[in-house]
Amino acid sequence: MASYDFLFDGLGLREWCDAGSSQAPMSMADLIGKSQGGDAPARSIWDLPFPSMDALNDACPNFPQARELTKGLENGFLSIKDGLSLFLDPLTQPLSWFLEGALWLFQTVPWFVMIPLLLLVVQLVARSFGLVLFVAACIGFLAFIDHYDYAMQTLAIIFVCAFLCVLVGVPIGIAMSRSNTFQNITIPILDMLQTLPPFVYLIPLIFLFSVTEPKLYGIAIILYAIVPVIRLTNLGIRLVDKEVIEAADAFGMTSWQKLKGVQIPLALPNIMAGVNQTIMMSLAMVVIASLVSAPGLGVLVLRGIRNLELGVGLVSGLGIVLLAVVLDRVTKAALARVNAAQKQ
Amino acid sequence: MSEDIKVSIRNLYKVFGAEPQAAMEHVRAGMDKADLLEEHGHVLGLKDINVDMHAGKITVIMGLSGSGKSTLIRHLNRLIEPTAGEVIVNGEDVLAYNEEQLRRLRRENMSMVFQKFALLPHRTVLENAGTPLEVRGYERHEWEDEARKWLNRVGLEGQDNQFPHQLSGGMQQRVGIARALTSNADIMLMDEAFSALDPLIRTDMQDLLLELQEELHKTVVFITHDLDEALKLADHLVILKDGEIVQQGEPQRILLHPNDPYIVDFISDINRARVLRVRSVMQKTDQPRPGMAGEVDADDTLESVIALSEGDTALSYRVMRNGQQVGILSVKELVRALVPTAAAEDGIRAKAG
Repeated sequence: MASYDFLFDGLGLREWCDAGSSQAPMSMADLIGKSQGGDAPARSIWDLPFPSMDALNDACPNFPQARELTKGLENGFLSIKDGLSLFLDPLTQPLSWFLEGALWLFQTVPWFVMIPLLLLVVQLVARSFGLVLFVAACIGFLAFIDHYDYAMQTLAIIFVCAFLCVLVGVPIGIAMSRSNTFQNITIPILDMLQTLPPFVYLIPLIFLFSVTEPKLYGIAIILYAIVPVIRLTNLGIRLVDKEVIEAADAFGMTSWQKLKGVQIPLALPNIMAGVNQTIMMSLAMVVIASLVSAPGLGVLVLRGIRNLELGVGLVSGLGIVLLAVVLDRVTKAALARVNAAQKQ
Repeated sequence: MSEDIKVSIRNLYKVFGAEPQAAMEHVRAGMDKADLLEEHGHVLGLKDINVDMHAGKITVIMGLSGSGKSTLIRHLNRLIEPTAGEVIVNGEDVLAYNEEQLRRLRRENMSMVFQKFALLPHRTVLENAGTPLEVRGYERHEWEDEARKWLNRVGLEGQDNQFPHQLSGGMQQRVGIARALTSNADIMLMDEAFSALDPLIRTDMQDLLLELQEELHKTVVFITHDLDEALKLADHLVILKDGEIVQQGEPQRILLHPNDPYIVDFISDINRARVLRVRSVMQKTDQPRPGMAGEVDADDTLESVIALSEGDTALSYRVMRNGQQVGILSVKELVRALVPTAAAEDGIRAKAG
C-alpha cells in the first residue's frame, strides 16, 4: 500500500497504472522493504513522502521513476549526438588546426629565439622596461627548473583560445549593446556558462568529440573564458558618454562610423579589462582541461594529484601562478596605456 | 513667409511617455501639463511652439531647467522626434526627411555645440575639429587645413596635437566651436554652450561668438538659462517656461514691455543700465533740436550715457546712427527707464515677500 494510491484511484487511472506489470527496476527502498519482510507498518501522516516521481511510481507502476529522467536525457543526447557532430566537427576543425599549429610553433622555435620574441611582444604591448625584466626572470626561472616546454604548451593554448574568445566575444558584446532583446536572451546563457562547474561541460564534449582531438579542450576553454569579454564589451559600449554619442549623431555619423570611431575606442578600456579576465580564466581552465588531454603545466598538476607526487604538483602549480602573474601584469599594463591615452 | 526665415517651428508638441500619440489627443482637447501627468502618466515636454529664426541672426531660447529648451533645440536636427508639428529648414519640412536626407542635413546644414563639449577624448584637438569633414568622407590631408584654420580662428594656435583632457574647459569649448565651424554649416545650434564655463571665460566666449558672428553671419540658435547671456547675444529672444513660450521678440522690447509676471520677475534683478540701449528708450525724431549736450550712438548702452552725462539729469543728447540723427534722449527719460516695470514692484515682489 503506497502513500499516493488514493490519487490514482481518485483520478480513475488505476487501470492504466496496472496495465502491464512495471518494467522499472526495483528501487532501493523496495529492496530494503522486501528484505525486512512484508509491508511497512501502517503509516502516519508524518511519514507522508513528497509526491516525487519515485513516490508516485510506488503507487502506480506505470508512472516513470526519477532515474528515467537522467536515462532519457542521456538517450536523447546520444540520439542527436551523431547528427550534432556531423555538423559541429567540420565547424570546429579549424580550432584543432590552430591549437596544433600553435603547439607545434611554440615547441619547435628554439628557446633562444622564443624568449626574446616574447619579451619583444611584452615591450610592444606594455612599453615598460621593468615589466620586461620581470617577465624575463619568470620565464628564465621556469626554464631553469626544466618546465619550459610545459609552460610554452600552456601559453600556446592560452594564446589561441584567448584570441578566439576576443574574435567571437567582441562582436557578440557589440550586438548585445545594440539590442536589449538580444541582451536579455544572452545574459542567462552567460550566467549559466559562468556558474556551471567547469567539469560539467566537459561531459557532453567528451561524447561529441574524440578525446585525442585538441578542439575538445579548446571548446571547453573558450566556453568558459569567453564570458568576461562579452560582458565587458557590452557594458563598455553602453557606458559611452551619451553626450559624445549625441555629438556623433549631430554631425551625421552613420552607425558604422559611430561604432568604429566612437563607441569601440571609448569602450576600449572596458574591453581590455574583459580581455584580461578572459586570459586569466583560460589559464584556470587549461589546468582542468588537462583531464581531457590538454598538454602543459596542468598535466603535471594532474600527475601530482594522481600519484600523490607532492613536489611535482606544487612546483607546477607555482609555474601556473607565475604565468598568471605575467599575463595579468602585461595585459594590465596595456590597459593602463589605453586609459592614459583617453582620460576625460 | 518672408525670405530670410531660415528655420521655422510650427505648432510643435512633444509628449514623453509610453503612448505619446494617445496622450496628444488629450493635449489637443485642452488638458494641461499637470493633469496630463496625473491622469495619464505622460509628460508634456513642449506645447504649441511657434518660432521663426531669421538667417544670419542669433535666436536665443531662454528658460530655467526643465523648461524644455534643450528638448526644443534637439528637434531642429531631430535628435528628438516631435509628437506633432513641423520644423521647416530652408523651406523643407525636416520631419518628412528619410534617414539619408536627415544625415545630409546634419552633416552639411547644421552643426552643434554642446554644454559638456562632447569632444572625442581619444582624438587630438585637430582631429576633433576635423570630425565633421572626416564624417563626410574627406581624407585627412583634405580636412587638415580647414580644421587648422578654424582652430586658429578661435584662438587655439599650436595646440593641434594636444588631447582634449589636456586643455582647460574654455579651451575645450573653443575646440567645440571650431568643430562646428569646420562643418561649414550655415545653422549653428548651441546647447548651453557656455554654461559650464567660469564667468570670466564665459564672457570671453560670448565676445568670441559675437565677433565670429559679425564676420560669418551664421544662423545661430543659442540655448541658455542665463538672462544676462541671453540679452547680450540675442537678436531674437524666446522665453520658455514649462514647455510653453511665454514671450518672444527683440530683447530690448521684452525688457521694457514684459507681458507676463514670470518675465517681470525674471528681469527684475538685472542691471538695466548695462543692457538697455539708447535706441530703445530714445524719442524718435530726425528734427534737430537746440540745447543738446552732445551726441551718442543709437547702440550705446544707457550706462555709457550716464557716465557721459556725469549724472546730470537736465541734459539731453542727439542720438546718431551712421552719422544721421535718429532720435533724442533726455537723461531724465533714461533714468526713468532704469526703474523696473511697476508690476515687478508690487506684484511679484509683494507675493514673494
